[in-house]
Amino acid sequence: MKYSVKPLFSSTIGKKLLMAISGLFLCTFLVVHLIGNLQLFKNDGGFAFNVYSKFMTTNPLIKTVAYVNYALILLHVFTSLALTIKNKKARPVSYGYNNAKANSIWSSRNMGILGTIILVFIVVHMQNFWYEMKFGEVPMMSYFEYISPEGKTLSTQNLEEVAPSSYGTVRQVIVKDLYKEVTTEFSEEALLVLLYVIAQIAIGFHLWHGFASAFQTVGINHKRYSPIIKTLGYGFSIIVPALFAIMPLYFFFIK
Amino acid sequence: MKFTLKIWRQKNTNTAGKFVDYQISDVNSDMSFLEMMDVLNDELVRKGEEPVVFDHDCREGICGMCSMYINGRAHGPKRATTTCQLYMRNFSDGETITIEPWRASSFPVLRDLSVDRSSFDNIIQAGGFISVNTGQAQDANSTPVNKEDADLSMDAAACIGCGACVAACKNASAMLFVSAKVSQFALLPQGQSERSERVLAMVNTMEEEGFGSCTNTGACEAECPKEISISNIARLNRDFLAASIMK
Repeated sequence: MKYSVKPLFSSTIGKKLLMAISGLFLCTFLVVHLIGNLQLFKNDGGFAFNVYSKFMTTNPLIKTVAYVNYALILLHVFTSLALTIKNKKARPVSYGYNNAKANSIWSSRNMGILGTIILVFIVVHMQNFWYEMKFGEVPMMSYFEYISPEGKTLSTQNLEEVAPSSYGTVRQVIVKDLYKEVTTEFSEEALLVLLYVIAQIAIGFHLWHGFASAFQTVGINHKRYSPIIKTLGYGFSIIVPALFAIMPLYFFFIK
Repeated sequence: MKFTLKIWRQKNTNTAGKFVDYQISDVNSDMSFLEMMDVLNDELVRKGEEPVVFDHDCREGICGMCSMYINGRAHGPKRATTTCQLYMRNFSDGETITIEPWRASSFPVLRDLSVDRSSFDNIIQAGGFISVNTGQAQDANSTPVNKEDADLSMDAAACIGCGACVAACKNASAMLFVSAKVSQFALLPQGQSERSERVLAMVNTMEEEGFGSCTNTGACEAECPKEISISNIARLNRDFLAASIMK
């Protein structure tokens, strides 16, 4: 049997593998991002959220993972482009009448459109918060850290008088008030809130197909486990985007 | 029964085609779809027009020659059915039926509804066989095969290579076909000695033939007249990954 070993990622199966692995990584990123952002709902004037933001923007491990995350988003986008070009070439003349809804779900056939909406959202989102935080004018706030004689951080407090003096040295930490930045943007900009909600719906549909699809691509198709993965995917694609979408809506309509 | 048929007419691979409308009446509801086409062609010939070219052979659902895209679906609206096993009673009287060829760059239209599926033959020639000297017939159970694996292998081997999977796929991907042809051997002891070589050879040929990629829409499985499962595609992905790393 004549065969040759070509670089794995030159094949469509290899490229799909890149799509699946980067996609699943981005799913775990969504979970981490969501858990952190849920602190926006704490009624403490943004203290918990700002402490979390400072940790996320200064911890070297988190910073490294963040850059891996950006790289994987780009990989996901460019690999999908390469695959889409090949797929379009594979059918130069389209059907006069095609009843695709009889054999497949809408989201599975529109991953590219959904992905484009998500990409536009990511660019706007990065400009709004990441770029503003790094290079823009952001209001400042401060909190207090209590440090033991050995130099260990014992506790962080919103207000100075809360802490007993037995905690050791008090240090005032001044950080960018991202809480204020986020909440003012969301309570004032109706169009932005709309874009955020639309983007979350797109992410929901993207994951409705993408989550389980990624497992099939890496070769996991099992009569007992695959139904569980599918159910997990459906739950994930509803719950995660819904919680994200509630954030701008909450600050626009309620807070 | 009466029908309006909207049929794709194309002279050859290099000319552009178009839909032409035909009226057909006195169709018996128990005619197969191909018999209805025969009646139409008979009328066309009598009128001195060119008959519609379409592929067919066994007309009992096992050869994989028939290949029409009927009302937006490969092999028409009925599940697990080839065009030849589709009957006119599955349509309603007076309906307009759109009939097109499989559409994929790897399946060039030869004429009208007939397409060239040599790309499938090339994939099979690359590795869809076992190149061991079999010698004399062995005793029946001298090579033990797990019943479950034997069943899965038989299910994969049910593929008749008609190309409905490619036709129905939004990417014109041949993954269901290739995965069935890889799986029928990968599941049996006789297929093990060339398992890695086979998957590499067949996938490479599939790529060279210009088929699109699999996006797991499941359209192929839903339209396959032999109901080949996309679990075969997951097996193909596993085998290809393993072979690409280990070979």
